[in-house]
Amino acid sequence: MLRQHRFLIEILTAVGLIIAPFVLPYLGFTPTTINRILVWGIFGIGFDILFGFTGLLSFGQSAFFGTGGMVAAYILTVVNFPYVMIALAIGTIAASAVGYLVGLIALRRTGIYFAMITVAIAEVFYFVEFNPLSDFTGGENGLPGVPTPSIHLGFTTISFNTDWSLYTFLAFWFFVGIVIAVRIMRSPVGAILRAIRDNPLRAVAVGHNIHGYKLAAFVIAAAYAGFAGGLLGVMQGFMPPDAFTFDTSGQLVMQTAIGGAGTLFGPLVGATVWLYLSDFLQTTLHLGAAWKLVLGVIFVLLVCFLRRGLIGGLADLFLLVSGTKKKSEPPQEAFTTAAGGGEKVAAAEVLHHPALTSMPPRRRDTDRETGKILQTIGLSKQYGGLAANSDINFSVGHGERRGIIGPNGAGKTTFFNMLTCEIQPTSGQILFEGQNITGKTVTDACQLGLTKSYQINQLFNRLTVRENLTIAALAELRGKFRLDLFKNLRNIQCLDEQVERTLELINLVGRVDTPVSELPYGEKRRLEVGLALATSPSLLLLDEPLAGMSPRERVETVALLKSISKGRTMIIIDHDMDSLFELVESVTVLQEGRVLVEGTPDEIKGNAKVQEAYLGGVHGVLAAE
Amino acid sequence: MINWPNFISQCFNGLVLGALLALISSGLTIIYGTLGVLNLAHGAMFMLGGYAGWLAYSYTSSFAVAVFAGAVFVMFVGVVMERVIIRHFYSRPHEDQLLVTFGLAIVFVEAVRFFFGSLSKAVPPPSFLAGITPVGFMFYPTYRLALLGIVVIALLALYLVLYRTRIGMIVRAGIEDSGMVGSLGIDVDKIFMLVFGIGAMAAGFAGIVNAPVVSIAPDIGEMILVQTFVVVVIGGVGSFPGAVLGGLIAGQIISITSMFNPGYSYVMLFVAMTLVLVLRPYGLLGTAGRE
Repeated sequence: MLRQHRFLIEILTAVGLIIAPFVLPYLGFTPTTINRILVWGIFGIGFDILFGFTGLLSFGQSAFFGTGGMVAAYILTVVNFPYVMIALAIGTIAASAVGYLVGLIALRRTGIYFAMITVAIAEVFYFVEFNPLSDFTGGENGLPGVPTPSIHLGFTTISFNTDWSLYTFLAFWFFVGIVIAVRIMRSPVGAILRAIRDNPLRAVAVGHNIHGYKLAAFVIAAAYAGFAGGLLGVMQGFMPPDAFTFDTSGQLVMQTAIGGAGTLFGPLVGATVWLYLSDFLQTTLHLGAAWKLVLGVIFVLLVCFLRRGLIGGLADLFLLVSGTKKKSEPPQEAFTTAAGGGEKVAAAEVLHHPALTSMPPRRRDTDRETGKILQTIGLSKQYGGLAANSDINFSVGHGERRGIIGPNGAGKTTFFNMLTCEIQPTSGQILFEGQNITGKTVTDACQLGLTKSYQINQLFNRLTVRENLTIAALAELRGKFRLDLFKNLRNIQCLDEQVERTLELINLVGRVDTPVSELPYGEKRRLEVGLALATSPSLLLLDEPLAGMSPRERVETVALLKSISKGRTMIIIDHDMDSLFELVESVTVLQEGRVLVEGTPDEIKGNAKVQEAYLGGVHGVLAAE
Repeated sequence: MINWPNFISQCFNGLVLGALLALISSGLTIIYGTLGVLNLAHGAMFMLGGYAGWLAYSYTSSFAVAVFAGAVFVMFVGVVMERVIIRHFYSRPHEDQLLVTFGLAIVFVEAVRFFFGSLSKAVPPPSFLAGITPVGFMFYPTYRLALLGIVVIALLALYLVLYRTRIGMIVRAGIEDSGMVGSLGIDVDKIFMLVFGIGAMAAGFAGIVNAPVVSIAPDIGEMILVQTFVVVVIGGVGSFPGAVLGGLIAGQIISITSMFNPGYSYVMLFVAMTLVLVLRPYGLLGTAGRE
């Protein structure tokens, strides 16, 4: 939705803001209400980046709203500083700084812990504002006498001191807020934030420092909140102490959910509904204190039945009415591919394969290198009394294709997880390209050029195939953390090229814009390999790439793996011996967490120890008889 | 400089508050541990318990009936809430669960405000527990002493149910892995409903037994909820012993800080929570993977 026309959103926003004051009064909105909606709207843009896009539900935004507002109001009233805009900027900076510090603590945990911590922190701010700092904040009285802004143009001065002139002031800043937010969401950072919401584990594994990005989203949300808090004081001529209450955070959350999270405009729509209804219920229906009860019930019903809020609901309705069949076509097509059989499909793929070009492995010229790319020394993993891996000495040469087999429970996946630094070994060392990577993070390992495709698909399900690969490619092109908030994704060099090449390799060119959740299993499996590939690894680990595939899909995937192995080192775990032996040059057999034997596929096939490991000694018993 | 009798009586207040927080937090934590839902309406359950008890008291003038009514009514509310709404949210994201329980909290609070007004209500303690009792060198309100006993008995009862009964064993197994419990042929649906009911009842019971100490108002639940969160973060999510330990620690922090300056009690709670998060991210008695 966010990328149909270059400036579509900006233009529509501007038009909407210009029309609003001519239309809304006829619907019963007072100028004060409209201004209030805008302040909540600005507050909500930042919150939506945090909640709607990044998936972090904070119940503590009042802390930043209050901080920004109080700092700005304090500067303007007590210090008597004359420049409103500068005061607002200082308030915003203060709120961002507070957001950074709070984020450091709250983001130590995710999910419900994060929600609980933000609630607790916001409550601390509320108490601090009321008690220890009441000399500065005015305690229960707030800070009255906040001046309205004005612009000095030399020959004349524009004062925003009436409701409608304040509207232009607020509408301008709402517009600026939207423009900035849209840019952020179109930047690489925006893409990564969405990936974090969908699958944080994989976002880490493809090489992004997600803690950094989450903190960035948190600070952005705090900055918007602080600015909105400042505007609240300016709008009312008074900074109310209740900006700090839990109710403020709660109202923001509810408005965003009502309007629709992940849309940037959801909070504005939600605020419109909320404030309109609260006026309507109180003044027209004379419900008195019951208005909040009614709104609460409406909110609960909405969360139950309209998951994506009003905007999401309207979008679904629009699709239903306009009969757009966008969604129904690809799955059908996909079905034929998955069901196989169709000769046409097979022929298309045969045609496709010769065109395959190998993805260049990471920056270094690995072909020239000889010797070991990976070595483990005495690698062991102990789970309580259980030794999953013990004393594994293992090495793989540059450009090698190595298979790892072993009966279930032999410790293959544990071994892989240690190599990619997802779990830390109990003892032993891992050397990658001569560098000791033991104890590094999975993100760092991926940045060095070592990554894995998972046994169970770990994809970004709500994103499209292209977006998935983009996330992975960005990690390689930008490093694990960079705050290029205003850079358009399209302007990143080599990104499209790298994504296209991976798409071709994994043969998903026809599926670029399909959301992953709509792909059939075989294609998801290929994308799983593609995600690892798009980071241009020099060492690629594949954990059961053939698991759950039909015989025909296996043949295709083996061809795919062969084609991507050029100039790259691969280690593959699989239970499909025939396919694996065809694919690899040498095989390591694990049994009960130890290396049983190593050799070429032919040596392994004839090895009595391996047969015994798999057949549980039947071989030996038979021989003895 | 420190006034010792005052200090000791504050420590005692802290103990009472801590036991109360421990009870409420255990309710929250076993619900979360078993069902995976963080109930943001848990504070409202505390408040509802107080009001249900107050209503029962105003008709019968019997404190015992009030306590019974408070606990049972809130258990009933919990069961209905789980049956009608929460059940449909198990498969939805955590955020939706938070949103819906948050919305329900508002509905409960505003409904109470609508029917009973915003003014606070008082439930007097039973006459034989009124007044003060000399305890060594100081005098202490009799009801608070009794409250400590009542809450400790409730915690013990909860402990016995959780650790000494078949149902409790199933619940504890459910906290570790509810999917596995389901595949063992146990009716998880019923267990979930029961757990939600018991968890809510813990808060409701606390709400009514605390009513003679702090008079009830529609918004008392909010502050309790925040303190409960801190307790759970300190103790570790899904851990009953963690909730008890966290509750006792939080109670002492609040009381002792209040002796110097009540305004800083939240700050100190927050400092404690931060320390725990930095040193033991999963809480004092929590384990990884319960998020």
